Amino acid sequence: MEGEATYVSDLDNLKATELRLGLPGTDAPEKPTPASPRGSKRALLAADEECQSKSKSLGADSSGQEAAPVAKAQVVGWPPIRSYRKNSFQARKAEEEAAGLFVKVSMDGAPYLRKIDLKVYEGYKELRKALENLFKCFSLGELSGMEGCNGSEYAITYEDKDGDWMLVGDVPWEMFISSCKRLRIMSGSEARGMRSSP
Amino acid sequence: MREERSDMSEDEDGGGGSAKSRGGGGAPPPFSDQVLENVLENVLQFLSSRGDRNAASLVCRSWYRAEAQTRRELFIGNCYAVSPRRATERFRRVRAVVLKGKPRFADFGLIPNNWGAHFHPWVCAMAAAYPWLEKICLKRMSVADGDLSLLAYSFPNFKELSLICCEGFSTAGLAVIAEKCRHLRVLDLIEDYLEDDEDEMSDWMSRFPETTTSLESLVFDCVGSAVNFEALEALVTRSPALRRLRVNHHVSVEQLRRLMALAPQLTHLGTGSFGSAAAAIPQGGNNVVDLVNTFAASKSLVCLSGFRDVAPQYLPAIYPVCANLTSLNFSFADISAEELNPVIRHCHNLQNFWVLDTVRDEGLQAVAATCKDLRELRVFPVDPTEDSEVSVSDVGLVAISEGCRKLRSILYFCQQMTNAAVVTMSKNCQDLVVFRLCIMGRHRPDHVTEEPMDEGFGAIVMNCKKLRRLSVSGLLTDKAFAYIGKYGKLVRTLSVAFAGNSDLALRYVLEGCTKLQKLEIRDSPFGDSALLAGLHHYYNMRFLWMSSCKLSVRGCNEVAQRLPHLVVEVIRDRDEDDDGEFVEKLYMYRSLAGPRTDAPPFVKIL
Repeated sequence: MEGEATYVSDLDNLKATELRLGLPGTDAPEKPTPASPRGSKRALLAADEECQSKSKSLGADSSGQEAAPVAKAQVVGWPPIRSYRKNSFQARKAEEEAAGLFVKVSMDGAPYLRKIDLKVYEGYKELRKALENLFKCFSLGELSGMEGCNGSEYAITYEDKDGDWMLVGDVPWEMFISSCKRLRIMSGSEARGMRSSP
Repeated sequence: MREERSDMSEDEDGGGGSAKSRGGGGAPPPFSDQVLENVLENVLQFLSSRGDRNAASLVCRSWYRAEAQTRRELFIGNCYAVSPRRATERFRRVRAVVLKGKPRFADFGLIPNNWGAHFHPWVCAMAAAYPWLEKICLKRMSVADGDLSLLAYSFPNFKELSLICCEGFSTAGLAVIAEKCRHLRVLDLIEDYLEDDEDEMSDWMSRFPETTTSLESLVFDCVGSAVNFEALEALVTRSPALRRLRVNHHVSVEQLRRLMALAPQLTHLGTGSFGSAAAAIPQGGNNVVDLVNTFAASKSLVCLSGFRDVAPQYLPAIYPVCANLTSLNFSFADISAEELNPVIRHCHNLQNFWVLDTVRDEGLQAVAATCKDLRELRVFPVDPTEDSEVSVSDVGLVAISEGCRKLRSILYFCQQMTNAAVVTMSKNCQDLVVFRLCIMGRHRPDHVTEEPMDEGFGAIVMNCKKLRRLSVSGLLTDKAFAYIGKYGKLVRTLSVAFAGNSDLALRYVLEGCTKLQKLEIRDSPFGDSALLAGLHHYYNMRFLWMSSCKLSVRGCNEVAQRLPHLVVEVIRDRDEDDDGEFVEKLYMYRSLAGPRTDAPPFVKIL
């Protein structure tokens, strides 16, 4: 019984310190607590669930493709999807991850090109940050070109499978990385032209 | 697409009952009875439904014997309900066997490995008793390569092998089947988990006989390793009877095209990847044109599946066949409503449709607008977690119910639902036999009214008078179960998770659902007294599963004592200590065989 009291107070502490990504004041629906005390191990699992369910991975860009990795303790077997189906999506992701997707990145005015692996980024924000880091040594200013930001003079573009140059940021991330062959950071008037077109 | 035979999901069982009340043949009957039995056999051989056969076998000993001699297909819904020896002794002229093993919740990781359901003792008994065996269908069994080998060597006339949700075998076992079963017509591997060591994979595709084969169906989309494509191509070339071909995702679009060109008579096609994730595809528009032409030439196609890594630019290739399709499985295809629309617009004859929730409510609205003949719909989540974003909802459900009035079976995963939508479906779709709604967030109420989902499910059992299978979810009180017990008179299979307030809920079900045969419950507050309320009914059921409820060893013991023909298994997770009073997982089933001898250490049979 002593052990149980410790677990209960641990639960309270956990709740107080848990990281939540929701807006302040929002709460997940309360689960009705069972009348009789649960086994100690299951209480711990419940605490895990609460923590995990609140801390969703930042996969917002990636159209929900990411299945919860095994390390994160979700409730076992819920939702009731066969492991065959879960594994198909995970296995495919693993295959893609193993392969890597390296594309050349050129920047107008830079003396040489770079190469990046598109697979390591989860979305456009990360990509943009990475590109800034890659090219900041050339002190060419801040990059823009994502979702129609205005401000500085650059536009991030990519060549797709059909050979056309497209503005980065229009299509869902997964679609982008499957069709992107190379990147080009355009500057000056060309960039303005790209950004102003609908 | 996995076509569930009607045998597999329903259980018109009296099988346990009839076998229970009669013993074996006993002394040989007098001559006049022998004549009568011969006449009887000539009549009874025409009975095909196993429900009818079970009933016939109960009439008298004569009928029992005659029925036993004429039964050609043996259906064992629970491999532990009867021993292989007893089954083969009673039914001596069987040509086809269907055998099911683990309970369904094993699919969701609730049962530790090595729990059981071994094919081995069965294949040994059948090898001795049924030399003329032609068909075997296994579901959720543990099958070793050695078992497949024994099968291949023991049945010279073997024709059809279907393995569904099985595990334990590898491509080595498939190689022996391919090589030794010279009359093989069907090799269907559906959602199996193959044990394949990367270094030791077998080129089973090359092992089929070099002559013309009788192959009609070859399904291997679950095989994780690549097959020898040249061998596959050659096999298709020399298999003129081939009607069903489902390849795995290692087969590229171009390779698929070549196979289709060799087999324009195909009726069922599984496309593998249908995209660019597999072997490198040459770029250019020519590919799509060729693909379109190939599909156009496949005039017999009625069933399409696969699409694992679908590249949207290839989808238009299937337009030529859409109008003929009765069955389409997009449940591995991550496509949007915009990508679905041009396809589904042509699918006027569709009866079965499986899809991912990436198509959202708009996609379902498009389905509802066109697929007036739809009988079965399954909507799977691309992100099967409790907190994934809302993609399909009550809106999609209502649209489907309004457009697809002939719907018989639905499986719908969603993040939010309303009672009103479920009530609407219950009124619009009166033919519903299977209603499985999975609101992925546990204990989630109606998202508009914040009320429990009781009224919605209540309407389903009230209005859908043909309902036989029900899965409930969301926030549910005992009231929902009162409805189920009161109106669900034909319900045979019920799945419950995270629902109910008290023992009353389970009592309602056990007392009210007179046809209940399969009951699976998890994480619901039902205890011993509720369990004991079902004593009058457990012999009529195939099984009861209860996990993470409020059962104790004392209660389960009492059931075991009061019902000696029930096997009561208490299963604990590997790393759990013996928790004393508390029962984490209960699996109990009627059985003529008594407690099984192959139970692993983490299973305790009371």
